[in-house]
Amino acid sequence: MKLKDTIHRDLYKHLFIVALVLLCVYSSARVTGAELADVFNNLDQMGLFLQRFLSPDWSYIPKIIEPMLKTIKMSVVGTTLGVVFAVPFAFLATTVVTRNFFVTTIIRFLMSIVRTIPNLLLAALFVAMFGIGEFTGVLTIAVFTFGMVSQLVYEAIETIDHGPIEAAESVGATKMQIAFWSIAPQISHQIASYSLYAFEVNIRASTILGYVGAGGIGVILNSSLSLMRYDRVSIIILAILVVVITIDWISEIIRKRLV
Amino acid sequence: MSINRKLKSYLPIIVVLAIILYSAAGIDYSEAGNMSFDMVKSVFSGLFHPDWAYVYDGSGEDLLSLLLLTIGIAFLGTVIATVLALPLTFISAHNLWKSNTIVSKIGKFICNVLRAFPELVYAIIFVKMVGPGPFAGVLAIGVHQIGMLGKLYTEEIESMDEAPVESMTAVGANFWQTMFYARLPQLIPTFLSLALNHFEIAVRSAATLGLVGAGGIGAPMIFAIQSRAWDKVGIILFGIIITVFLIDAGTGYLRKKLQ
Repeated sequence: MKLKDTIHRDLYKHLFIVALVLLCVYSSARVTGAELADVFNNLDQMGLFLQRFLSPDWSYIPKIIEPMLKTIKMSVVGTTLGVVFAVPFAFLATTVVTRNFFVTTIIRFLMSIVRTIPNLLLAALFVAMFGIGEFTGVLTIAVFTFGMVSQLVYEAIETIDHGPIEAAESVGATKMQIAFWSIAPQISHQIASYSLYAFEVNIRASTILGYVGAGGIGVILNSSLSLMRYDRVSIIILAILVVVITIDWISEIIRKRLV
Repeated sequence: MSINRKLKSYLPIIVVLAIILYSAAGIDYSEAGNMSFDMVKSVFSGLFHPDWAYVYDGSGEDLLSLLLLTIGIAFLGTVIATVLALPLTFISAHNLWKSNTIVSKIGKFICNVLRAFPELVYAIIFVKMVGPGPFAGVLAIGVHQIGMLGKLYTEEIESMDEAPVESMTAVGANFWQTMFYARLPQLIPTFLSLALNHFEIAVRSAATLGLVGAGGIGAPMIFAIQSRAWDKVGIILFGIIITVFLIDAGTGYLRKKLQ
């Protein structure tokens, strides 16, 4: 085997792709005004930040427990609401259930629109509409979960075994009965697992939702940042880290037992 | 016996329901009452009558140029992250450091720390370091994604097929030879696919980083929301949805070709 038979078999094509990527890098560097020198010129700013950041204000811990719990509660309620709405829509988004290409396409299109809106912008929009507070956070998380879980669930439905559906159909089951008795039992484990996954993602996301006023730990993160209390910022981030890792760990254990 | 078993199978469901109810009870719903029907009506009428004049006016502050800037931020950030994640990956993959297990632990720890901070926090730090503007956004996305990509790449290396490496070592290849002829050809398609996936994620986050002054479409979005200019919010949201949609479709197509 020669060298050109291994990694160099499409050398010109690869060179062209590399050149294209480099061109994109160059033009995005121009557009964004990237200046590497800026980073090194301001290293003392970074040092100052790190210095204050690395001396956390431990006495602040009791004050962050309450908002942290609020954040977790928001994620629980938001995830539940999102999943409750996502599952029926996911059933409508597959031709396996609807037998109707038209309905499926419309539902999928709506779901992908919901998915494309970044959740922080959604939160900002909801804050403007409903006001500052936890309820807004719950709504944002619910919509965000809806987009995420509905896609995962309909993809799961498409990979199921069609035997039970045919069996139910042949004895005259309605679409509703098929959905309940032939499809739902096959994907219930996956729904549970995806809900946990969504919950993990939501815990991460909800910690910053407060930044735009949607309640929880993000609110005090925002106020500590604007007061330049980096000692508090670091303790808040540490708390977020601990909660995220703990929840990831618990849900990992549960998910392993589900499979 | 049977009652006991029944209890055992229902117990998780009861616990989950209890957690959900407890959380739902702990949330402050008072602001839900503040929502007025007129407000929602004006929001929706604005969202569905977007301000088309904002799409392009040649000032460089219009929708198209800001969306392009957002894509530029995401692209450059992802490129920086992809390049910098590689060395970190080779440090944190435990199958490359069989004799020195501590090295891979350090590498993984760095990845975890980098990943722990929300992108928004990085954006705030970098806005202080290099001044407000798109470059701060690039750095924020870049640094955050080093941790994300580093973790995913490491998992990829650790779960890769070792057979080609072993057969090369058996005929006397050294570390670098196995790296270039056995490992990289196996890894590159997956790495590129993950990088593309993260480019897509970066576009979404670049759209929100403007909230803290790190460039992109986020800043005009938040100003429009705060000044209740719903027609402008509508057109910006429309632009973001279309951009994310196109990027999703484009990276999805490329990722399918890579497999």
